[in-house]
Parts: sequence; structure tokens; C-alpha cells
Amino acid sequence: MLELRDVHIGYGRTTVVHGVRLDVPVGGVVAVMGHNGAGKTTLLRAAAGLLRPTSGSVLLDGEDVTRLRPHERVRRGVAYVPQGQQCFPQLTVRDNLRVVADVNGGGRKAISEVLDRFPALPPLLARRAGLLSGGQRQQLAIARALVTRPRLIILDEPTEGIQPSVVAEIEQTISTLATDMAVLLVEQHIGFALGAAGAYYLMEAGRISATGTGGAAAARDVRAAMAI
Amino acid sequence: MDAVLGQLFAGLSLGSVLLLAALGLALTFGQMGVINMAHGEFMMAGAYTAYVAQNVIADAGVALILAIPLGFVVGGVMGVVLEATLIRRMYLRPLDTLLVTWGVALILQQVARDVFGAPNVDVRAPSWLSGSVDLGITQVPAARLFILGLAVVAVTGLALVLTKTALGRRIRAVVQNRDLAETAGVSTRATDRLTFFIGSGLAGIAGVALTLLGSTGPTLGSNYIVDAFLVVVAGGVGQIKGTVIAAFGLGLLQAGIEYSTTASLAKVAVFALVVVFLQARPQGIFSVRTRSLA
Repeated sequence: MLELRDVHIGYGRTTVVHGVRLDVPVGGVVAVMGHNGAGKTTLLRAAAGLLRPTSGSVLLDGEDVTRLRPHERVRRGVAYVPQGQQCFPQLTVRDNLRVVADVNGGGRKAISEVLDRFPALPPLLARRAGLLSGGQRQQLAIARALVTRPRLIILDEPTEGIQPSVVAEIEQTISTLATDMAVLLVEQHIGFALGAAGAYYLMEAGRISATGTGGAAAARDVRAAMAI
Repeated sequence: MDAVLGQLFAGLSLGSVLLLAALGLALTFGQMGVINMAHGEFMMAGAYTAYVAQNVIADAGVALILAIPLGFVVGGVMGVVLEATLIRRMYLRPLDTLLVTWGVALILQQVARDVFGAPNVDVRAPSWLSGSVDLGITQVPAARLFILGLAVVAVTGLALVLTKTALGRRIRAVVQNRDLAETAGVSTRATDRLTFFIGSGLAGIAGVALTLLGSTGPTLGSNYIVDAFLVVVAGGVGQIKGTVIAAFGLGLLQAGIEYSTTASLAKVAVFALVVVFLQARPQGIFSVRTRSLA
């Protein structure tokens, strides 16, 4: 579904991702692992359209979307949940969801379907998103992405900085998502990420240093490679 | 007692003029962070729209009422053109924006001189705005009461658009987190343009209102631009309610000081007080509060 072909990405004159090739098949779950600074977030931002590769291309269902802006990729079924539990802090939880439903269609039905997945959110609909806890904000962030009814969801460290009880809920939600859509996941919890993933890519210094299929054996290999 | 009430109304009236001048800036500067020095010239364009409308339509009342939406469209279109041609390229360079829009302001003033002539022109107030209105406790000029009403309608309309409509949600989302809005499916460029249209259109309406208070000339808007920025900054950047409170607060303050001194001294005193206020509270009357900022 999503293909990155020989993608180079940089900030100014500094190239931080060098010639990465990555495939996310329809309905597949792909994990990108690596130390901080390896280029994982940069790669995901390029997949979402927030960064334009300096060379190489991004294909979606075979169509070259390298030059498409993020909102145009959303129309083609790509949703992105950035790192850091981001939200529109001055909007209520309801308006955080409505702003997405307004532009992507689906209306109240789409919101209601998504809220069924996150029982913690309905009591908070009238609260300003900036006043939520980190875990609640992350659930809102994933909910907001799902309102677009994506075919591919890109998740950047969805459990980072979240208290352990909520991490389990978020991991459960992600596992459920994998049955409905393709998932491209950057996650520090190696056991969870590789347990859910059908394939993984290990990044080092902006390059893919290893790839393989997911599962418990892969988790051992990746831990060894990352020397954790 | 009459004098106090008269001065109180003068303050409210001045506040309503400041509010109309600052309301558009509260969007383009307060929400989008664009320092648009040509905002005053959009007001000037609105004022000349009223002048042209009156030259085309004989009935001064009908011309004035029509000039309000026309002024909004003229100001809005000028804003969109400025945003699309220059400001869009400078969103991360506020000082460049300031200099460029100042240059645009000078060009627009010269265009006005070339088209309408250097001398000021007059827009006749309709007969129903010429006299005074007896409010029971005091008499107030009808034109100033009209401007007060127009300011209330404008701020109510803007508040409704921002809080109750899909466009308003989109504008606030883009202001709060551009990247997130883009990845949520919002076209930030289209939203920027619409926001600029509304903000500049409000300046056009302010210009129409100003024709009721005096003559119209190429520098009409530049006389208000500093006051308008002062209102937005004192109210708290990004806060419409702060802009409303600051506009009426400064209007009342200036009218109050004027009562016992002179207009010039009152203006200096108000500037000095705002500077002192901002030293103590740099974020203005209201600030954006979130869990992380609280």
C-alpha cells in the first residue's frame, strides 16, 4: 500500500535519512525500530507528507504522492498520529474530533464509531484538550486520526510518556486497529511492537540496517542488534 | 451627572472605533501572527468604498448600508491578494512581513491619492444618523451609537463564526497546530487565505464606519494602525475577548483622562499606562492556558 523508494530526507544541508526503502502492504503491520536520532520520526513525517524527500519517492497504492501535501494524503486514506500526544489544546475534545469530521466527511457517525473504541473519551467531550492527561490526549490523538477512516495509520511512539495502565489500553487499541487497516508503527516497546508487526525495519544513523518478519524471535534479534 | 454620562459614552464610542479597527487584526495578527502594517489601508479602502457607493447611489442611507458588506468584500479581497502574493512567503519571517506590508501600505496610500486625489473627501451621513438620540439619561450622537452597534454586531458575528462553525473550528485548529491540522485533512493554505479574508474584511467595515466620524483621506487607516495593535497586544494576543475588553478599556481610559486634560495628553497617558501594564503582564489581559502552559 505504502512504498518508500530510495528516500533521502534532510534538514537544510544535513541529510538524516539515506536511501531508505520500505513497504507497508495492504492490511499489514510494519514496525520501524531504532535508537533515538536514527531517523525514524523523520521517515514517518515524510510518509505523512510533512517533509518532502530530497530524492526518492513515496508511493501510495502505486501512485506517486511525493509532492502531495499532508491533507491530500489524508483524502487518500493516510492518517498520522505524531509523537508527543499532540492535540488542538484550546479546542474541546468534541471539537478536536469535529474539525476532522468537518473536512473528511463522516460527520457525527464517524465520531460516534470512533468514540466506541475509546470509552475514556465520551465523558470528556466538553473539556478543553489542553487540560487532558497525557494518556487521554494520546487516546484523543488516535481517535482523531481514526475519524478520517484511514486505510493506513502511521503511529509515532504512541506509548511514549504514558503511564503503564494506559499503555496497555493503547496497545490493545493498536492491536485491534491492525485487523481493519495497515499500520506503520514506531515504538520503543520492542516486545509489543514486534509482537503486533508482520515485518520490521531496524534503522541506524538514517539507514535501514536490518529487516525481517515480526514475532518473538524478531524481538530477541532486535534487542541484540540494539544492545539493550 | 450629564457630563459624566456624556464622557462615559464618549469612552464607549472611542472603544467601539478601536474595537472595529482592532478586530480584524485580532485575527490576522492575534491568531495568525502576521504583522500586517497595511491593515490600516484596508480600512482606508473600506472608507473609499463608502465614498464610491455614495457617488453611485443617491440615497445616503442605502449607500451606507450597502457599503458595509461591500467594504467587507473590498478589504477581504485586498487581504487575500496580499496574503497570496507576499505574506504566504514570509510566515516564518515576521520582521520581513512588517517591512514589506509597510511598503504595501505606502503604495496603497499613493494609489488612493492617484485615484481619488490628495485632498480628503466627505461621505454624507444619512439623515437618520445626523442628529442625536435621547437615551433618557443623556443625549448621544446617532452616528456614534450606530458605530457602537456595528462593533457589537461585528464582534458577535466573529465570535459566532469562530466558535460555532466548521470554518471557525478550522481556523482555530490551524492557529493552534498547523502540522497537526494538515495531517488531520485541513488545507492550511486555504484556511490562512479565508482567515485573512475575514480579518481584512473587518478592516473594510471599520473604514466604512470611520466615514461617519470625519473626512476620508489616504492616511485615514494609518492614523489607527498603532492604536489597533496596542489594543490587540494589551488584550492578549490570540484572544478575541481580550481585544474587546482592551478596546473599551482603553477607550474609557482615554475619555476619562481627556475629561480633565487634553486629547493629546490623554493619548500619551494611555500609551504610558499600557507600557507599564505590559511590563507587569506581558501576555496581556488574557493568555492562552493549557495544562502545559498553566
